[in-house]
Amino acid sequence: MKDFALARLVAMRLGLGLVSLLLVSLAVFAITSLLPGDVAQELLGQAATPEAVAGLRASLGLDQPGWLRYLHWLGALFTGDAGKSLVNGQPVVALIGSRLPNSLMLAAATALVSVPLALCIGITAAMWRGSFYDRLVSTLTVSVVSVPEFLVATAAVLVFAVHLRWLSALSSVSSIDGIVSFLRVFAMPVLSLCCVIVAQMVRMTRAALIDQLRAPYVEMAILKGAGPVRVIWSHALPNALGPIANAIALSLSYLLGGVIIVETIFNYPGIAKLMVDGVSTRDMPLVQACAMIFCAAYLFLVLAADLCAILSNPRLRHR
Amino acid sequence: MSEAAQPAPAPRRKRRRWPLAGLLGGVLVLFWLMMALFGPMVAPHEAGRIVDMDVFTPMTAKFPLGTDYLGRDMLSRILHGARYTVGVALLATLMASGSGLILGMSAAVWGGWLDMLVSRCLDTLSAMPSKMFALVVVAAFGSSVPVLVLSAGIIYTPGAYRIARSLAVGINAMDYVRIARARGESTAFIVREEILPNMTGPVLADFGLRFVFIVLLLSGLSFLGLGIQPPEADWGSLVRENIGGLAEGAPAVLMPALAIASLTIGVNMLIDNLGGFRRRAGGEG
Amino acid sequence: MAALLEVSGLRVTARDASGGEVTIVEDVGFSLERGEVLALIGESGSGKTTTALALMGYARGGCRIAGGSVRLGETQILSLSASGLRALRGRRVAYVAQSAAAAFNPSRRIMDQVVESALIHGTMTRAEAETEAVELFRALALPQPYRIGQRYPHQVSGGQLQRLMAAMALITRPDLVVLDEPTTALDVTTQIEVLRAFKAVVRQRGTTAVYVSHDLAVVAQMADRILVLRDGRMREVGETARILASPEHPYTQSLLAAAAPRPHGDGVVPEEAPPVLEVRGMTAGYGSLTAGGAPLITVLRDISFSIRRGAALGVIGESGCGKSTLARVIAGLLPMAQGEMSLGGEALPPAVEQRDRDQLRRVQLVFQMADTALNPSRSVGRILGRPITFFHGIKGKECARRVRRLLDLVQLPASVIDRLPGELSGGQKQRVNLARALAAEPDLILCDEVTAALDTVVGAAILDLMDGLRKELGLAVMFISHDLHMVRAVCDEVMVLYAGQRVELGSRASMAVEPWHPYTDLLIRSVPELRQGWLEEAAAVRAPEDAARRTACAFYNRCSVRIEGICDRTAPPVQAVAKGAEILCHRGEAELLSMLPPRRRHAA
Repeated sequence: MKDFALARLVAMRLGLGLVSLLLVSLAVFAITSLLPGDVAQELLGQAATPEAVAGLRASLGLDQPGWLRYLHWLGALFTGDAGKSLVNGQPVVALIGSRLPNSLMLAAATALVSVPLALCIGITAAMWRGSFYDRLVSTLTVSVVSVPEFLVATAAVLVFAVHLRWLSALSSVSSIDGIVSFLRVFAMPVLSLCCVIVAQMVRMTRAALIDQLRAPYVEMAILKGAGPVRVIWSHALPNALGPIANAIALSLSYLLGGVIIVETIFNYPGIAKLMVDGVSTRDMPLVQACAMIFCAAYLFLVLAADLCAILSNPRLRHR
Repeated sequence: MSEAAQPAPAPRRKRRRWPLAGLLGGVLVLFWLMMALFGPMVAPHEAGRIVDMDVFTPMTAKFPLGTDYLGRDMLSRILHGARYTVGVALLATLMASGSGLILGMSAAVWGGWLDMLVSRCLDTLSAMPSKMFALVVVAAFGSSVPVLVLSAGIIYTPGAYRIARSLAVGINAMDYVRIARARGESTAFIVREEILPNMTGPVLADFGLRFVFIVLLLSGLSFLGLGIQPPEADWGSLVRENIGGLAEGAPAVLMPALAIASLTIGVNMLIDNLGGFRRRAGGEG
Repeated sequence: MAALLEVSGLRVTARDASGGEVTIVEDVGFSLERGEVLALIGESGSGKTTTALALMGYARGGCRIAGGSVRLGETQILSLSASGLRALRGRRVAYVAQSAAAAFNPSRRIMDQVVESALIHGTMTRAEAETEAVELFRALALPQPYRIGQRYPHQVSGGQLQRLMAAMALITRPDLVVLDEPTTALDVTTQIEVLRAFKAVVRQRGTTAVYVSHDLAVVAQMADRILVLRDGRMREVGETARILASPEHPYTQSLLAAAAPRPHGDGVVPEEAPPVLEVRGMTAGYGSLTAGGAPLITVLRDISFSIRRGAALGVIGESGCGKSTLARVIAGLLPMAQGEMSLGGEALPPAVEQRDRDQLRRVQLVFQMADTALNPSRSVGRILGRPITFFHGIKGKECARRVRRLLDLVQLPASVIDRLPGELSGGQKQRVNLARALAAEPDLILCDEVTAALDTVVGAAILDLMDGLRKELGLAVMFISHDLHMVRAVCDEVMVLYAGQRVELGSRASMAVEPWHPYTDLLIRSVPELRQGWLEEAAAVRAPEDAARRTACAFYNRCSVRIEGICDRTAPPVQAVAKGAEILCHRGEAELLSMLPPRRRHAA
């Protein structure tokens, strides 16, 4: 009975996530295909004859009503066909397919480094709140969060590539032939991304934990004679788990924004770079497909955060 | 501490000192606002004029922030760019916070289906990461100042809405609002006299935060070459066009980025200390 | 033999908003023999909790124990190191917090938390500790002592949690237990159960305890000695009997006077006084209306009463009984679904929007929390001026003159006119709150728990003021309260609500005479009296812990005289009883008289 209620809640969140994704796809399609006006005219230029424009329009399917075009587009996307690039005529799926693993690798490496690091810093800062260490962490994280990602990245290049000459400023995935070169290629982008995400995650983790440390049951634990480690591990952390999982998921969603800048600055061959190039050349099928991938990833993270919050709530787990 | 005495003696009016960080933040913000207005007038050179034969010169007395990749004076270019970075972001923030406040207030006061409808619509909008939305819009419409203001304004409306709505819902449930309702006051009076004055502090803080987000978003776009288009340049574009000087550690790359940082950190310091300001204003009002 | 606990010259300071240090506890000293219970009594801000926590060497955030000594046995607590304090807390001194609902960790099982201190200090193995815990659960009269430990805190009731917390404190058999307002958050009918359990355990185990409370009547049941604190200083200390019988310090005297409010007026309203408000068959709640015309979630069901000019009606019931909703329904904020209201003989539309300005003027609301009832960003002058302008169209100088007159009426100095509510004390805010209602020149004032958030002495002053105004201005007042003492002292008529239904309505005099509705009876028996020995004499009240199910009579599950097959199936009828009251019950007058335990000798 109680499991059923919980399962229903989870199922509802999943359903809502799917609806959101559908609405997002509608928004992406509307912005890129319906609102800007006549693509055929634009492709052929002002000098084109009306017959030529009409012909292209028909061949692109632009003479059909908007909702039908949307359904066609969505259906095709569902079967793995994202159309052809307007710039070089290659299938969009192939273009993305060659880049996606690189981006995933970057994201995975960043997550692997940043999550444990951020949790350690966040938890210790909360434990020793008000101390010099805590104030230092707070100041640093506020600064990092409120400066642009490209400042962090350029500063990293300046320090590690220009002054210390430890790492190369540009990344080339094809030149990986060993662990050292792997590190050299990945270190800079991962470092820059980590900076931003760790700062974000530390702030949220610290806030979530401090929120719990203020609760009366923590005072009670102290008055039972519990030491600081027990207070944190047995009392505050179990209750902060939901908020912290939430913080991790939401911080990782900043990865999506950060990766756009970082891939560009380091000329890293991932899909964010691909998308930015697509936007510059106004390659709509490519932009649409990339936007859907990013939005889906974002929604997935938000959904994961929500589910963590639901599952870690004792009131929902044990009715 | 005790309030047993009847009538209690008049409480001391506490005057809080303006905290140093808040003061510093205020000065930084004021400075950049001034520069957005008068920057081009105080700039030593024209923004587009090539004044030095050398490129990427380091800081000198003649060019305090060095020169860029064409040999233009960086100080002048940054001062000219302030208009774009601060001005465009300010417009977009006004739009986002303004519409967020109006929608949030209406949703809170009228509730019911209006609340449902607006909340659902804005939820959908916030189901897209902000940079992604901006990229998609720029891909579709090209990049121009109106497009940038509009898209940044729309992207950050849901956040402003959520804050304004939750504040207004909270205040709307307060007993003093109930009393006003029971007195038969009009909705306009309740919003103007009872709700709005009590949410100015948090709304102002949120305005500052949203301004920071928008500055970061727009300079990020410009850095990608998708924001303010040449020949005009905001600070993000300045970093982009001078990225070639990074290997030499030229000030032309770092200085515009630092300008952004000083603006955003300044705003952060200012709003973190708004509380002290509010208390002081309350004590004197 | 030296005393078990010896406190001397205790001083605790706190940082105020501007960073300076203020003393919140000054020169407090007392001693406690083994097996003795000492009560620390005082109002909010008196430093009683701070003092109690200092006994464990603990000071809350922003506070600091600045001086003095606390000796427990051979240990000087204030000079212990951090690890020394850890070894002491939970082992030799244990703490029972005010709100058990907040002091239990929501994500851990109750048993884990109850035995935790025993495991931290290694006094027992886990198995031994659990056996001991079950023993304590039984001693504290908790239901299902073997299974309750397996639950999570949100799965048990507030009264049970408070007792579980006592078990948590006692598990290590500490030398000293600090109980910090352990029953303040509970309803009276639950409080008596908890007090009885505490008392039994304390006596059985010979526990030495410090009991912190603001309620003299509760303290009279629990403590051997009383220490009165005010503004962080000791005012008086002595045997409980002596303090109750002949308090020496003027402050103690005023506390005692406020705790036993004398009746205001004669409680007789001239019959010919016309009714101001008449309510017939009021049903109200939330959600859409069902087929029968009642709302989906019904909060108030079939309520009828009237208030005459110059009279005071008290509405009493436990939290969640719908008494606050009643005020909102009459004010039109929550329009009633069924029933009729009339104001001064004319029909009163249910919703605010349908009422004309004169009808709005004649009914005014005064809320419980003066903090949230006054707009924090408007000055007192503006808050009071608005209703004058709104209802009477008076502006400028004349308005300012009226504001000053109102302030005079509620005994506030004219200098508060330019202040913001945040700059006033709690009592002053409540006076402004009252003045705003008076500004409309109403016929009826609805007071929702006006004194609940105030200290006893301040609250008593507000009630005196209201009583004076009522006579002076011929106002009708409805007092909504959970405090039977207060209602019986200031009201001419009393209405008892239970689960949204009017279970009893009668004159003040009738409230002192049997028979009562079984719930009224429970309520009257549960309110502690200001004398020692009351708790022992009070007849055991049926434990309200049966499985709750929906029944025709809402009180069925807790009723000691219920008739199975009737009370749970058929809605009870309203019957008039000879003492001059109406009671909602299946039992006849004679049955109620004979079945409920006989009335005590000491009148309330």
